[in-house]
Amino acid sequence: MKTDLDIVSPPIPEEILQRVEAKGINRRDFIKFCTATTAALALPVSFIPTVAQAVEDKRPPVIWVEYQSCSGDSEAFLRANQPTAGELILDLLSIEYAEVLMAAAGHQAEEAKHQAMEKYKGQYILIVEGSIPTGAGGGYCTIGGHSAVDDCKKLVQNAAATICVGSCSSFGGIPAAAPNPTSAVSVGSLVPGAAIVNLPGCPVNADNLTATIVHFLTFGKLPAVDRLGRPKFAYGKRIHDNCERRGHFDAGQYAEAFGDEAQRQGHCLYKLGCKGPETFHNCPTIRYNEGTSWPVMAGHGCIGCSEPGFWDTMSPFYRRLPKVPGFGIEDTADKIGIGLAAATAVAFGIHGVASCFRKGDSMAEDKTVKED
Amino acid sequence: MNEIRYVWQWPVRICHWLNVLSMIMLALTGFFIGRPFMTAPDTSMYIMGWMRMLHFSFAYLFTVSVVARIIWMFIGNEHSSWKAFFPWLTKEGRVAFVQMLRYYTFTGKKLPCSVGHNPVAATAYFGIFVLFVFQIVSGFAIYGQFAPGGFWDGILGGLNVLVGNQWLRLLHHGVMWLLVGFFINHIYSGWLMDVKERNGTMSGIFSGYRFIKSKDL
Repeated sequence: MKTDLDIVSPPIPEEILQRVEAKGINRRDFIKFCTATTAALALPVSFIPTVAQAVEDKRPPVIWVEYQSCSGDSEAFLRANQPTAGELILDLLSIEYAEVLMAAAGHQAEEAKHQAMEKYKGQYILIVEGSIPTGAGGGYCTIGGHSAVDDCKKLVQNAAATICVGSCSSFGGIPAAAPNPTSAVSVGSLVPGAAIVNLPGCPVNADNLTATIVHFLTFGKLPAVDRLGRPKFAYGKRIHDNCERRGHFDAGQYAEAFGDEAQRQGHCLYKLGCKGPETFHNCPTIRYNEGTSWPVMAGHGCIGCSEPGFWDTMSPFYRRLPKVPGFGIEDTADKIGIGLAAATAVAFGIHGVASCFRKGDSMAEDKTVKED
Repeated sequence: MNEIRYVWQWPVRICHWLNVLSMIMLALTGFFIGRPFMTAPDTSMYIMGWMRMLHFSFAYLFTVSVVARIIWMFIGNEHSSWKAFFPWLTKEGRVAFVQMLRYYTFTGKKLPCSVGHNPVAATAYFGIFVLFVFQIVSGFAIYGQFAPGGFWDGILGGLNVLVGNQWLRLLHHGVMWLLVGFFINHIYSGWLMDVKERNGTMSGIFSGYRFIKSKDL
């Protein structure tokens, strides 16, 4: 009888593996990478050879630009382990421009970017990190004398596809948080209608970025996305619904304070303001830092960093709901609600007492027959 | 002489009491979901699971009840008609509205004669129906997040993008408190009118009958 256990992935053709080995990449690491990425994309195992082929014989030119960012996404990417960042950068991708990685600086670097854009027009993958400030005529962020607004528009329009890494380029992120002093926007709102995929997160999960690139190499198009332009393979499920502490949520066991017994027991962090129930990401399954851990596993609630409106609607971090606009920071919706209900009760109570004592009321025609 | 009139037809009464039941249950379970005030002693319990199950079940019941009542607005008698919720549309309605408002604010002594809803109450009920629909829509939009691409996400998921799912949660929570306020007001006004109008305001919602002084008509 055939069971699921009998399904064996079709082998990656020997010549591909030999070519990979000739480049100095360990055959075992390469197979692991192809398998893990196929799994991350939620593709069946039969796609492993296709993925291997696409990864092996295509070296897409990549331009990685940063605007209003902290380079956190670059940092996350450099720590990607599948394959090691060095292999990915040097062998699988042809990185033409990346401020954090390149040796060139100043005008030389800008020239390299311009040349890459001209040479690979319509073919390169653009990776954008950071939001784009539109205030002051674009003056809040300029690179080589050009505003981020102009630079980004030009690069996006000439790219084969644009991948927004991190919450800032995807949704505006922290620079766009109220009061948004620089009028920062996402790439999607700066260049509407372009072929863009959003990989929000603070920082982006490098495994999701790798998988998105591999999807593009394998199928020649960006992965299927949800309403917010996020790939469904990575953002198709809520954190809460895949959380390892979900059992405690349903049971009704909650940590009330950091360091209390319930938190030490690994109980649900809902009452400590965990935003897992409103955040769509594959953190619980893919984790961070070589699959080591992720915030909820480490004992801290999710802060919803990959959702639009982060930071405004996800703070206060240790409360379930955002603060009510116009009220003090300590007023929760419930306090205001109880106040409202109490005020209603008091007002109608007074009205009732007054009504009991009022004399001379009459209906439109009021004749009550008094019984003797 | 009092005339006994059948005012509240049975679908109106059934929907009213289903709304009462489901709103009480929804407010209690909803408050718990937002702020779990009981902690389970061990993992074998299923407190939040049951609370959510009840919340979603009563949400469906409430939706059926509200939708049925809205349909009845186009089928039922004049007192249950959608027109009854807009007393402003007629001259008599406007006069009675002012009269009623003056009675409530102790600036007038005369109560207008109302066979069905009094005009101030009817106006309030229109607002309440808007809040009902808002609670249903926002509730199912948030609920739909458990299954992206599913039915509720398909028809209401766009709201999570347009408004933001955290703002929807806050509004869903805030409107619950408005409805708690309405609940207090509604019971008080029912009592007050039962005392002052002496026409069976309270018993009418059980039996459907109200007593109308024929000279008022």
